[in-house]
Amino acid sequence: MSVKFVVGFDGSAASQNALDFAIARAKAQGGRVVVAHVLEWSPYSFLTPQEIEERHGRRSQELARAEEMILLPAVQKATDAGVETAGVVRYGHIAQTLCKICKEEGAHQIVVGRHGHSEMASRVFGSVAGSLVQVAPVPCTVVP
Amino acid sequence: MLKFMKYSGIAALLPLANAAQAQSLEQAVNDVFASSTGWFVSLIFATLPGTNFPWIVMWLVVAAAVFSLYFAFVQFRNFRHAIALVRGDYSDPNDAGEVSHFQALATALSGTVGLGNIAGVAVAVGIGGAGATFWMILAGLLGMATKFTECTLGVKYRNEYEDGTVSGGPMYYLTKGFAERGLPGGKILAVLFAVFCILGSFGGGNMFQANQAHGALVGVMGDFSGLITGVVFAAVVFLVIAGGVQSIARVTEKIVPFMAVLYVGTALIIILMNIDMIGWAFGQIFAGAFTGLGVAGGVVGALIQGFKRAAFSNEAGVGSAAIAHSAVRTNEPITEGFVSLLEPFIDTVVICTMTALVIIITQQMIVDPTTGNYMIEGGKIATVGGTSGVALTQAAFGSAFGFAPTILAIAVVLFAFSTMISWSYYGLKAWTFLFGEGRTTELVFKTLFCLLIIVGSASSLGPVIDFSDAALFAMAVVNIIGLYFLMPIVKRELDSYVSRLKSGQIKKFN
Repeated sequence: MSVKFVVGFDGSAASQNALDFAIARAKAQGGRVVVAHVLEWSPYSFLTPQEIEERHGRRSQELARAEEMILLPAVQKATDAGVETAGVVRYGHIAQTLCKICKEEGAHQIVVGRHGHSEMASRVFGSVAGSLVQVAPVPCTVVP
Repeated sequence: MLKFMKYSGIAALLPLANAAQAQSLEQAVNDVFASSTGWFVSLIFATLPGTNFPWIVMWLVVAAAVFSLYFAFVQFRNFRHAIALVRGDYSDPNDAGEVSHFQALATALSGTVGLGNIAGVAVAVGIGGAGATFWMILAGLLGMATKFTECTLGVKYRNEYEDGTVSGGPMYYLTKGFAERGLPGGKILAVLFAVFCILGSFGGGNMFQANQAHGALVGVMGDFSGLITGVVFAAVVFLVIAGGVQSIARVTEKIVPFMAVLYVGTALIIILMNIDMIGWAFGQIFAGAFTGLGVAGGVVGALIQGFKRAAFSNEAGVGSAAIAHSAVRTNEPITEGFVSLLEPFIDTVVICTMTALVIIITQQMIVDPTTGNYMIEGGKIATVGGTSGVALTQAAFGSAFGFAPTILAIAVVLFAFSTMISWSYYGLKAWTFLFGEGRTTELVFKTLFCLLIIVGSASSLGPVIDFSDAALFAMAVVNIIGLYFLMPIVKRELDSYVSRLKSGQIKKFN
């Protein structure tokens, strides 16, 4: 059975590193890659009436843009490197949603980059890598 | 909403007009308005023969009772399910990123929770005594069924456009629902509703809010020109609704629930500090509800005040909530009906009751020790320090915490702001229903709306506000006629949903 990597990908330089790392691993081990892009979203946030009205349209736009601008290039890159690759776009809490995708896909490892915020900033705003390490159901690699 | 608030303490704090010139202009506008629209105002707020009970309040309460019976007390039987829906237990995870039930409820609530919960309750209790609380809670509980009916219809008959936006509300269900049932007159009712909704949004949802927010500021900061409050309010609201600066609104929408929680929390602390009085307070509420405890009009007096407060506070039957709730993403219109029935509960049964309890428990109202009845002064219950309206609430909270009146003033301003944002949207929806959608027509409405904020806070245009309050309740006349005709449709939806829920066809996701 081949090894499956879920890569948390948002298009940033850090996440490119994570993708590169996962591609290299998958190639070496004959594994597959799932590129996952999560749009931060909470069903408990507050919206104005105007935003509520436009939400459905906005969501379609956001999904289309994420697919086209972020996911496709990444999937293309991995495929070109000769690795079997799939892509997922989701809404939700980033760390929790990555874990969920991981379970659904039956993946063996999660790979994410890190933004290298100062300790203070991570304390205040939290960090995806930090919370992911705490809750991930499978081994989690944080690529610097 | 809020009609009789004018007689409250805030109104007394309003600055007298700034200059004689402004006064004469105000006078002229007042005179023209009073003479041309007075009949309409008297018609809407006319009392039932031989009583001082406004028929419009009876209209709302009877409707609430009819819907409660017709749907076999859906508000109690499905209360837990409503909470499960809000928590997202039944939301498909694949729909993440769409408007959730929680968001629709929170936004609709920010439009109704406001001045009435703080000051209006004080007026009701100050005239009707502790017993008014009982009738207010009863009317609030019944009103849940009205909300359920109108919001289900709002979602069912909304218009969905190609760009993904949605328009809904009574104007749409009156048109489409009546056509579907083969009934005549739907279009006429819809147009009437839209006209009243626009006028109501200018008055109760705008000028009145600005006016009272300025009053609350003056109460804390001392007298200053209403023009300042008006211009600042108008500029901020314009930035949000026409400039697309949604971030300001989002900040308020975040602060408002926080203020509501803070308000209820403070009230709870005061109640806990007087925990030994709680039995006595509920004794007063029940005794007052059935004997009147000497208030003007006795039991009926207490009942009128309580019913009035509930009807004006939670807007059940007015139709505004149906506009707010219609944009939620769901395949089952009835689920939004369930969620919306929590609105009168939170607004009236929880928040209004907290205000009432604090006033009763801090013993602001003077009781005659020999009879156990209230001391009456000029038709009102005598209070410690002779306060009434928002000043009574402030005194009650202030008796426990010295800083409370300032927090209350901040709360009033924020509630007024969020209510204006919500009503600008309701008014706009009615406006585009009549005049079509388009940047220019929408900008005309938005500009007009913001100019009226300045007018509202800078003046005390009694007859103008009277008229727009009457328009707000005229919305309820049209809307409830529609609801009576369309309720079988809701019943069908309800039966089908409940049977599928029981058979397990509708599943929990979480």
